[in-house]
Order: sequence, then C-alpha cells, then structure tokens
Amino acid sequence: MSAPRTLFEKIWRRHVVSPEGVTAEAEGLPAIVYVDLHLVHEVTSPQAFTELVERGLPVRRPDLTLATMDHSTPTDPSIDDARLRVLDPEGSAQLDRLQANCERYGIPLYAMGDERRGIVHVIGPELGATQPGMTVVCGDSHTSTHGAVGALAFGIGTSEVGHVLATQCLLQHRPKTYEVRVDGRLQEGVVAKDIILAVIARLGIGGGTGHVFEYTGEAIRALDMEGRMTVCNMSIEGGARAGLIAPDEVTFAYLEGRPMAPSGDAWEAALEDWRSLPTDEGAAYDRSTTLDGSALEPMVTYGTNPGMAIPIAGAVPEDEAIEPEKRASFRKALDYMALEPGQQLQGKPIDVVFVGSCTNSRYSDLVAAANVLRGRKVADGLRVLIVPGSDAVKRQAERDGLAQVFVDAGAEWREAGCSMCLAMNGDQLAPGQYAVSTSNRNFEGRQGAGGRTFLASPLTAAASAITGRVTDVREVLS
Amino acid sequence: MSRSFTRYTGTMAPLPIQNIDTDQIIPASYLKVTDRSGLASGLFSRWRYRDGDPEGEPISDFVLNRAEHGEARILLAGDNFGCGSSREHAPWALVGYGFRAVISTSFADIFRSNALKNGLLVVPVAEDVSAALFDAVAANPATEVTIDLKAQALSLPGGGETNFEVDPFARRCLLDGTDQLGYLLNQASSIQAFEAANPARLDTRSG
Repeated sequence: MSAPRTLFEKIWRRHVVSPEGVTAEAEGLPAIVYVDLHLVHEVTSPQAFTELVERGLPVRRPDLTLATMDHSTPTDPSIDDARLRVLDPEGSAQLDRLQANCERYGIPLYAMGDERRGIVHVIGPELGATQPGMTVVCGDSHTSTHGAVGALAFGIGTSEVGHVLATQCLLQHRPKTYEVRVDGRLQEGVVAKDIILAVIARLGIGGGTGHVFEYTGEAIRALDMEGRMTVCNMSIEGGARAGLIAPDEVTFAYLEGRPMAPSGDAWEAALEDWRSLPTDEGAAYDRSTTLDGSALEPMVTYGTNPGMAIPIAGAVPEDEAIEPEKRASFRKALDYMALEPGQQLQGKPIDVVFVGSCTNSRYSDLVAAANVLRGRKVADGLRVLIVPGSDAVKRQAERDGLAQVFVDAGAEWREAGCSMCLAMNGDQLAPGQYAVSTSNRNFEGRQGAGGRTFLASPLTAAASAITGRVTDVREVLS
Repeated sequence: MSRSFTRYTGTMAPLPIQNIDTDQIIPASYLKVTDRSGLASGLFSRWRYRDGDPEGEPISDFVLNRAEHGEARILLAGDNFGCGSSREHAPWALVGYGFRAVISTSFADIFRSNALKNGLLVVPVAEDVSAALFDAVAANPATEVTIDLKAQALSLPGGGETNFEVDPFARRCLLDGTDQLGYLLNQASSIQAFEAANPARLDTRSG
C-alpha cells in the first residue's frame, strides 16, 4: 500500500512527464506537466498564436484544446456583428484573430452565435469537458473554477499559452497544499460566495501564494456543483493559483450525460477511477485552516481587494484594527471608495447591480436572484444587469421563466459574456458610481474607471436591487 | 524584446502600496491588442494620468511623473505585487516602459512567472530590507542599487548586500538566454511517450 496522498498529489503525479530536477546537473529544473484540457479565449491568446506562426510550429493537440469568445463580446442584445465593428473595431479585430487562428490550427471554437458559447469557466463544466483528475489550464486566472469537479486547474500567462499550444505541456514547480476546511451548516441566506469571501478575508489576498487550496468540510460537501465552482473560482483572490474539491456523488451526478463526459463503458471506467482521487485518510497538507461555516454571515467587500470583506451587518474597520504598515494602503482604498473607517455599509445607496461573471452567472445563481426579485421591482433609478454565463444558461432561464422575472422586475436581461466583471466590452460603471456586484474583483477601476464595487452573493445583489441600497437579503425575505 | 538579465545598476521608483494588482499595472481597456507592443502608455495609466487618459494631463505627484524618478528602471513596490489577473500584458507594459526589475517583499505567483519569461527580474526581499530601501529613496532619490542575478545579490544603499531567491531555471534562462519553449520542444520524445501511456479521455471536437 502506498503512502497516503492528497487529491492534489494524486493528480500531479499522474501528469508528470518528467519530474523536477533530481540530478546535480538538473537541480532546480521544473517538472514537465501534461495538460489534459487547454481552454482558450480571445484576449490572452493572439500573441501566443503569433509565436507559433513565427516559429512554424503546429498546435500539438487541437483535440485537447477548446476556444470560446467571452471577454470583449457585447452583451447588449441590439449589438450585432456589423454594429460591433463600428463600436469596437479593436475588439472585433481580436475576435476575428481568434477565429482565424482556430481555423488555421483546427481548434474547435464556439464563436458568436454558437449556442455552446459562453464564459470559458462556465462552459467547461457545462459541456462536461472539465472532469475529475484532469489538468486544465487557460490564459485566465479564474481557471481555478474547474477545481470544483476535482481537476487541477490554474491560470497561465500568454507565453505559457504558447507552450501548451505547441507541446501540450508546462514547466512547473510543484506547489504546496493548503487545506481550507469549512465545518458546519450554513445559515439561511448564506451561500457559497459568502464562504469564499470569508475565507479570503481570513487568509488575506496573498495568503495562498505558492499553494493549491483543497476545500473540505461539511459546508463544502453540502454545496451543489455550481456553488463549488463559485468557491474554487475565487481561489486566486486568496493568492492560490488553484483550488480543489474532491469529486463525490454530487460531482458524478452533475457530469453524467453532459456532451463531452464519458458515456457507456467509458463512464463506468471513469467513475471507478474518479472514486480513487479523494485525499487519503492520514495524508498531510503543508498548511491547514478551519472556519466555522455555521457562524458565517452574508459577506460584502468595502475596499479595493477581495480580502477587504466584512459581514453585511458589520462596519468598515477602524484604523486601529489595521496593522500600522498596512494603514496607508487601507486609507488609499477607503479614499477610492469614499468610505470612512467605522462606517456601516448596510443602507449605502448604490447605482448599479451586476449579476454575472464566471463567479456567479450559472443557472442556480440566476434562480437565487430571481427568487428574491419575483413579484418585486428594482429601485427607481437603479440599473440592474443580469448577464447569464453562457448561451445555454440564457436559453434555460428563458425557457423556465427566470428571464421574465428579471424583465418584469425592471432589470436588463443580457447576452452571455464576462461583461461588467472586467468592463472591456463597454458594460461599465461611470466614475464615482457604486455597484453591488456578484463578480470576483473590486480592484480600483475594475468595473470601469472610477467605479466602486461591493462584491457580494447573488442573493445580496438581488436584495440590494430592490432597495437601491446595500441590503441584507434576510431582511427582504423575512 | 530582450529576455535576458545579468546585472543592473540604477535608481528606483518607489510605489509604497500593497497588493498592486495587474488591473492597476495595465487596465483591461488595453487588452484588446494582438501583439506585445504599445502597452507602455497604459502602464499605471489610472494613477498616472487624469481620467486615466495617456493623452491627458499627467498626475504630477505620481511617482513615474516626478522628475527625480523619471529615469528609474527599478520599481520598488509594496507587498504582494502583481496579484489578480493572469494578463502577461502587465510585464509587457512594465518592460515596454523600460523597467528591468521589481523589488517587493512578495509577488503573486502568475505575475512572477510571467515577468521572468519577459526579462523582468522580480527581486523578493525581507521586510526590513524593503523598509530600508524605501527610506533610502525618500532621503535621496538618486540612490542606486545593483542587482546581480548571477550572484543572486542586491547591493544595499548603506553598504553590504542581501541575497535573494529566484527560480533556478528562470535564472538560468535569463543568464544564458535559454528559450523556455525551445527547451520544452526538445522534450518531444518524453511527451510522446507520456501520451502513448496515457491516452486522452476527452476529444474537444466531439462537443
């Protein structure tokens, strides 16, 4: 019997083409790690394809590569291809480039109009392309999302996109492991987004640097797959390139029957294999932390990084609560947000609500928001954008009447895409505006120059949409 | 673009802010390029120019707009530099501006990896060293330090030096110009053997 291993170690060992340097001559050489699935989008790939063209290299495994258009695509239903070329010639050119590159190298591409198209981290699991035990990479830091199915998934730079296109491999040093255990049962109104915001607030946004998180514990096990994706998605906001959740019956039930998941005998073989992946009893992590899930409350950020988060009924910290060497950066963040130490966020008037992004744009996120908004109206003067994560999510929401709930409430029902999460497609805040946003980053200007972001769950976003203020969903529902 | 680094002596531009994310280094509006060039004007544009517009008025007290730091090619930054997005446009913008190295107490993983692939050296230092460097630059903006990659040493303004950690493979590549993609391509036989032993379970063309 082999030594007990963590889920991470098992996946890592399976993918090592050549190990980290062992001989004196090779000391310090990184491992060569094989990539099972390479996801590609328009923004971080053009320079990598150019490198291949310049060197005359083929794409080694187009059959393990999948491309979509999401970051700069319009979500305004009235913008067609012809209008986009006028409104955003640069963005159009980038989309054209992706199309040409995929055609040239035989890479499947879900272009505009394709009903499989969507945010890269929404469609990967949705299609069953990301599976337990795989290595998954993409030129996008939120690739950590796919860890929810028990895949080792992480973001890479464009140089590395080129490495994977050409060799299907990466040069990597083995990261350390960090168990993030969340015990207990969540209270009413507390959801996956609140878990991960609380984790990041606890560990700090650099707390996971050099590590892969593995989320364990009762509160994690009780999450559905889409909740698990929300948690793993924001691993990078805690500094960890990847976050993992062990595959279980919830995972298998989610994957079964999806277009790219194995079927028939291959499904049975895959199941047997996947059941061997979870961390063995007695396996050691390099670090561990435990949170009490039953004590968590709906979370909201007040500052300019995702670690600056508080329970919604709480207040912005006082200066004295911040370590002296961090006070200048703390004050800079509050200046940007036009908030004061000790201030309550609850009741703060807002201008925009954004429900979307690879963090919270899946069907269950829309269900959560719609359940709050059903039969209610968004506050006067408030702009509310509901942006489904994929075309498939959009169609399902339209079929099931969710879209109508949003429209009846006075929200904008948009096309799928990254949209206001990073505001490179024209969906953005005006300077000085406040938004409650279900996305992942509240960095200065992230949602538009001068825009101010409060990150929160879809429940909190929907509750705030009704009142036009930062609102505790439990008060709306009670 | 030069991807090598051996030794550099020069002044530092101090940016004593923690958790500088890649959205600040290069905002998303600059990510529509299809090559690596032309990003220098977007570097820190929201802190550097009124309304973030490089055609507009420079914000006079931002470090890159101050005459005494205009020639600095080493960025001295607060903890956890380069967090957030994986955009390699961040090091492309820093290198495009002329920066050769960034000194900080820590760096985000993806930024570190991206920077080292573009000849931008990341120099992690202890907190006391960082504090001493910020003090030295505040007292005298013309303070110079020398970064010696071969020795993995950073000279200190008051004399003496401190050693710093750097990924040994990245160091080798920067010193002798080893091309990382070329190195990987040379491993084709190992990759082929791996593929033969581990047939793929997925075909993305089947969707």
